[in-house]
Amino acid sequence: MSEIVAFVAQTIRIAIPYLFAASGGVVAERAGVVSLTLEGFMLTGAFAATLGSYYSGSPWIGVLCGIGGGLVFGLIHAVASIRYRADQIVTGIAINLLAVGLTRFFLLMAFDSSSNSPRVAGFGVTGDGGALTGALLRNPLVWFGLLSIPLVAWLVHYTPFGLRVRAVGEHPAAAETLGVPVRRVRYFAVVLSGILAGLGGVYLALDQHQFTDSMTAGRGFIALAAIIFGRWEPVRAGIACLLFAAAETLQIQLQGMQGIPSQFVQMIPYVLTIVAVGGFVARSTPPAALGKGDA
Amino acid sequence: MTTIAARQRVEEALLPPLVALLVALVVGDILILLVGQSPGAVYRLMLSGTWGNWYGFGQVLYKATTLLCTGLAVALALRAGLFNIGGEGQLAAGGFAAAVVGLVLPAGTPGILAIPLCIGAALAAGGLVGAVPGVMKARFGAHEVIVTIMLNFIVLAFLNWIVASHLHVPETLHTPEMRAGTLPRLMDWISPFHGSAANASLFIAIAAAVIVGWMLFRTRGGFELRAAGLQPDAAEYGGVRVGRVWIKAFMISGALAGLGGINYTLGYKHYYEEGFSGGAGFLGIAVALVGRNHPLGVVIAAFLFATLSQGGLAIHALVPKQMVEVLQGVVILAVAAAVPEVRRLVQGVRAGAAR
Repeated sequence: MSEIVAFVAQTIRIAIPYLFAASGGVVAERAGVVSLTLEGFMLTGAFAATLGSYYSGSPWIGVLCGIGGGLVFGLIHAVASIRYRADQIVTGIAINLLAVGLTRFFLLMAFDSSSNSPRVAGFGVTGDGGALTGALLRNPLVWFGLLSIPLVAWLVHYTPFGLRVRAVGEHPAAAETLGVPVRRVRYFAVVLSGILAGLGGVYLALDQHQFTDSMTAGRGFIALAAIIFGRWEPVRAGIACLLFAAAETLQIQLQGMQGIPSQFVQMIPYVLTIVAVGGFVARSTPPAALGKGDA
Repeated sequence: MTTIAARQRVEEALLPPLVALLVALVVGDILILLVGQSPGAVYRLMLSGTWGNWYGFGQVLYKATTLLCTGLAVALALRAGLFNIGGEGQLAAGGFAAAVVGLVLPAGTPGILAIPLCIGAALAAGGLVGAVPGVMKARFGAHEVIVTIMLNFIVLAFLNWIVASHLHVPETLHTPEMRAGTLPRLMDWISPFHGSAANASLFIAIAAAVIVGWMLFRTRGGFELRAAGLQPDAAEYGGVRVGRVWIKAFMISGALAGLGGINYTLGYKHYYEEGFSGGAGFLGIAVALVGRNHPLGVVIAAFLFATLSQGGLAIHALVPKQMVEVLQGVVILAVAAAVPEVRRLVQGVRAGAAR
């Protein structure tokens, strides 16, 4: 019984950053803006949260700073790809490089280290086993993370804003004709994705009580994989996040045993995504205007 | 009229990189001032540490070699309308294959036999990794960006597994040293290059640029490739089998990125090591973008980014070398934003003049 609890707790712990980033990415992608940027948003959020928490001693200030970091980077992406109509794939890669470079630069400036920050305040103490469950339950970011997916599902499917998001992502020209401010909707969607993905980074940094160089380690791309595997549906993307996290947990817990090499477990999200876009199981079709700029 | 069109083409090609460099210079100044140094002194140090001495110049040549290959890979694919962001995985696969062939060949195999075999292995491995997104796009309509991103992780994890569990030298993350097929270093011919990693791969990469240029602009295949990139439907109607062109273009693109791997394995360390690519696959996108997808432009851009990257090491005493990573990101962002803006401005001016 306790093993099951530990398994679920560990899965949730791993899944939270994915859930945040995927819920943000879904909104931007449904609005027609490519989300290769999730990785960069997360990294910036993690670093800004570390700075905030370090200088104030309060994790809540860290959360606010992390939101600010994600927001600023989301805005940069929005301005480049919407105002200047830059190729969204290229700006995505640039944003990720920029995030790595800037966090390294300021890590060195602020903490005189090229690898990690000093310990900062987080929410509770994480241990393993039973202690992990308690720490998880007391961490407000865990609850936000779990809620982010239903919240985004509601936003996309049951609000006027969500209807506009879907309209500008499928047929911006038609939406424009009906008086939907295409650019403004996309700005909102991209900035929101920056904030949500940034929160994913905040959770990582505060959970580990420090920032380490490139600590997101590809998690933004796993979140993107979850979005694609979930066929751009928030709830399905959330389930994909949980699945990927469960696979990782299984791998960690089976480490002692002779089994599948860990590298093959790491490949699971990526292989599944390729299978999904290839239409081998059920066709994964992106929003029609994804990456195309406006009409 | 034609002169206006020609001038317009030149402006469209050259303005965005220049704007981007200007923006990068401003951001660089801000970062340098933030650290409390003088921009003039830092930029002078950057120049003297790269083009100002033999060792620095050799390192620029070495870094430019890999970037030239990955930049050509991205540029060629973009000419076919394909976005290859799988350079990182293709580069690693190429370097790995070359190192393994050099390892299994018996010691003393003459270079004239071993070197082509190793290079062929690099091309084949990169091409094989490149073929996956090509086939996936042509046959199943899968978007190549998604496939190449995911494939990067898969290839790197796979190579990690082979090296970590079957092929590494104990206590390290690299394969045993090659027995045959290594390339001479430039310092063997020109002694002032002493200590720098520059090697004969440079000439192979430049030859690749020439061949790509010839292929793109002087052959039927290149014409079909560019036609498929500009207007796939029109090309298909004109008798080009676009799906096949995509697969071919992706294989050549992957092979070019794979070729970049020999710079490290055949030319420098003589073994494959985890993470040797160090982001050169991604930087190839920047190189192609700044080089405007033209082989000559790619050569120039490769030297530019190599200078920036080596320059970062040269200025580290004054400013953290991470500044260079920021500037790389800024350059890419600025070029990407400037391209459509410049096109609109240039064409707007022309439309105004015609009226």
